[in-house]
Amino acid sequence: MFIVLLQIESNLGIRLINTLILIVEQLGKLVYNLQTITKGMAMRVNRCKGTRDLSPEEMARFRFIEEAFRDCCLKWGYEEVKTPTLEYLHLFTSTGTLTPGMLGKVYSFLDWDGWSGERVVLRPDGTIPVARLYIDSMTDKGLAKLFYITNIFRFEETGKETRERWQGGAELIGASSPLADIELVILALEVLKKVGLEGIELKLSHVGLIRGLLLELGLSPEEQAKIFAQILDGNVEVLARIKPGKPELDEALSLLLDLKGKSAGFLRNFKVLFAQNLPELEPSVDNFIAIVDLLEALGYDYQIDLTSGRGFEYYTGLTFQFFIGEEKIGSGGRYDALIPLMGGRNVPASGFALYFDPLMNLIKPVALTEPLAQRVLIKAEPEAIEQGFNIASCLHEAGYVAEFKLEGQEPANLRWILDVRSEAPLFVLTDQVSQKRFEVQATSEVLRLLGEEDGDKDSLA
Amino acid sequence: MIKIALPKGRLLAETAALLQKAVWGLSGYQEKARLYRLKSTRFPNLLAKVFHEKDIPIQVAIGNYDLGICGLDWIEELLIKYPSSALVKVKNLGYAEGALYMVASRSEGMSTVEEVRAKEGVVRIASEYPNLAESFALNLRLRRFSIFPLWGGAEVYPPENAEVALIPGRTGEKSFDYDLVPITKVLSFGAFLIANKNSWETKEMSEVLASIEDELTVSKGQPSLAEVTKASQIVGRHFSTQAAEDVVRLALPDGHQQLPTLRLLNRAGIQISDYPSPKGNRRPTSNLDGVLIKVIRPQDMPLQVANGNFDLAITGKDWLLDHLYRFPPSPIVELLDLKFGKVKIVAVLSKDLSVSDIPSLRRLSAERHQPLRVASEYVNIADKYARDNHLGMYRVVPTWGASEAFLPEDADLLIENTQTGRTLTRHNLKIIDTLFESTACLIGNANSVSSSSQSERIKSITETLRMAAEDV
Repeated sequence: MFIVLLQIESNLGIRLINTLILIVEQLGKLVYNLQTITKGMAMRVNRCKGTRDLSPEEMARFRFIEEAFRDCCLKWGYEEVKTPTLEYLHLFTSTGTLTPGMLGKVYSFLDWDGWSGERVVLRPDGTIPVARLYIDSMTDKGLAKLFYITNIFRFEETGKETRERWQGGAELIGASSPLADIELVILALEVLKKVGLEGIELKLSHVGLIRGLLLELGLSPEEQAKIFAQILDGNVEVLARIKPGKPELDEALSLLLDLKGKSAGFLRNFKVLFAQNLPELEPSVDNFIAIVDLLEALGYDYQIDLTSGRGFEYYTGLTFQFFIGEEKIGSGGRYDALIPLMGGRNVPASGFALYFDPLMNLIKPVALTEPLAQRVLIKAEPEAIEQGFNIASCLHEAGYVAEFKLEGQEPANLRWILDVRSEAPLFVLTDQVSQKRFEVQATSEVLRLLGEEDGDKDSLA
Repeated sequence: MIKIALPKGRLLAETAALLQKAVWGLSGYQEKARLYRLKSTRFPNLLAKVFHEKDIPIQVAIGNYDLGICGLDWIEELLIKYPSSALVKVKNLGYAEGALYMVASRSEGMSTVEEVRAKEGVVRIASEYPNLAESFALNLRLRRFSIFPLWGGAEVYPPENAEVALIPGRTGEKSFDYDLVPITKVLSFGAFLIANKNSWETKEMSEVLASIEDELTVSKGQPSLAEVTKASQIVGRHFSTQAAEDVVRLALPDGHQQLPTLRLLNRAGIQISDYPSPKGNRRPTSNLDGVLIKVIRPQDMPLQVANGNFDLAITGKDWLLDHLYRFPPSPIVELLDLKFGKVKIVAVLSKDLSVSDIPSLRRLSAERHQPLRVASEYVNIADKYARDNHLGMYRVVPTWGASEAFLPEDADLLIENTQTGRTLTRHNLKIIDTLFESTACLIGNANSVSSSSQSERIKSITETLRMAAEDV
């Protein structure tokens, strides 16, 4: 619906600057206006196209993944950061950050003080802001291990996929060894294991190798950049369509692109046959072999698939992607050139992100069943409201879920009912499971009884 | 019923000629006819409406019109930003051809795309085509750029007020007014027939289309405007971009405020040559020492003063307020009320509508279960008005002039300026509210006004104009 507004405003020179803000504002106003003006009118308020709500059940899944992600990152010595939702557009525009294809999908607009024409964006990517943060205030630190849980915004035309996506990411800044790459891969796999996922496929590619190939193909810098951008945007067929200038490259290309390697042997075979003719490739092949050797020694399964190179223009070395079936659930890679490109020191870095939206659909309910906290429903007589609130806070402190009975509603799935009275007995505790009834006079008695009966918390789950 | 949107302005003459050859029998489709709704004697079920060319792709894309004729430049300006617009490019009509060029000033020595890319700092791009300009900048991978979306006159911005400008020219044009040279061609364009996607898929329009197609086949091979050589070029005086710090940059309005502005300047003893300029020179000279004068659109002035491109400008309070509603902390000061050019900014409805005040309009809109369409040249004033009056689920429809033609079929409420109200009455419209009165005013950039190098000169100009303005 609001697309129409975008179209109305689109063509209109100076008016374009208002578009997003108008839309955002109008959504807000819509709610207000419907309440105040059209009382009683049956106008339906819709969610914004391309957005999603998270219901209590989905939030439980979300928090579960988030906790697992935080826990694993903290245990590997990573520190949590948050960056702002708004960033300057120019952070993402220079070469080596986002492709023009991706930039065409960012939400950019002029801020209320944007008369200079400097645009701001809703964060379209997690890594670049963290690199900005590092340059801003952490550059003295040298090595920085950072993680974040954040939403990113990218326009998606159909509105069927969500335009606001959640992800958890980890960035390892200041280390360039294969060990650093492996640490990230294993950290990601650890999170996925912790949320109970199985059958994860790890696909590896190497952007240095792809760049080297494009260089060897004798293409002009413009052509290289164009093809590279297409590969990053997921159009891998372009690689297969290239007609190499040197005939000996034909075989090298098809050996690399058409086959999927399952061991470092794949890369070694390739190296023995071709690397001496293709000197540009050698450092990347060696780096790739070193990483794969390590993974193999640690007993991880993987697939080498160079065409899985879809990703960000800032990648320079190893890239890795995680799949369950067809669903991509995370990806990462090395981006040694990004921080110097953004004006920071020459600091190598790599990182990954796991996509919370598909993960929330994939985790099994059984993974979510934690022992339920004991729940107590408090029914307080009008004269005993104060005592009711007092005992509620005591129960909360003791780790119970305690809530008042409101508007005659009785929440399902609770074991205890506590009547709070103005005269003796002051408390009547009823166990809905055993149908036992206890009459007591003091808060401490209530807590003691609950503790004694606390043997089978899961009985109502 | 088939609805077609036809262009005013640069395409009107040739479009009218084409439709005359196609024997549509549209009476009143000519310059200065001031008729907006036209019937065809040949196709009784055809309804034509005349729009500003820039409005046509949008009107067709949102389905208000089945067909439209406009330049490919405006179509691409829409599609580059909104590729999923419901618009079908039907046919190149083969006239009014030209190209959009990214141009820079010869004096700056920037003549290739690489040189633009290599430039340190922010690259300022002035254009009436902000979407195409932005796409150009993104694809060029410019690290930092600012787009100045303009109502017109982009060619006068480089080199002092923009590094480059995206402007239309003739095919193969090598040099432009003000010593501008093309860096690269961004787009070739010509008049195009477009259709709404849904109309194209579902509506029988073959008779109307055939009538145009037949004439196109006949007229092929005629020389197009593109080959007509251009007469003399306007050169205009340049200030070096490293101009002395104490130079004051003054913007004067083009259009119908030129004569009263000239009278004011003359009363103040300021002699200015070639303003208003018969050949459209936007760089007049004056007897004011250390003042660079450019003639730009009054609509563009507040933003250009706010961003420091100009120190002083003569614009209207209406445009100042439209700017301030969008950028509340903007560093603009209103220095003088110049008292001429008085208009009222009013809220307008069609006389056919039974309601005549805002509360009943609100009720009507709620009952219709459709968003209220508020048309205006002043998008921010219109937005604030709709917001403050709780107009519910409204949409602002920006227009490029001749907004009175939007009511009743293409908009519900109009925010418009009027002097006497006669034009509104003639178009069967009624005023239901007056928002404020607007006159010409002198505005200044707050930093310039207080800067040690410029404040003296700005104060002296302001005082001279103050006395002249009071001397009416």
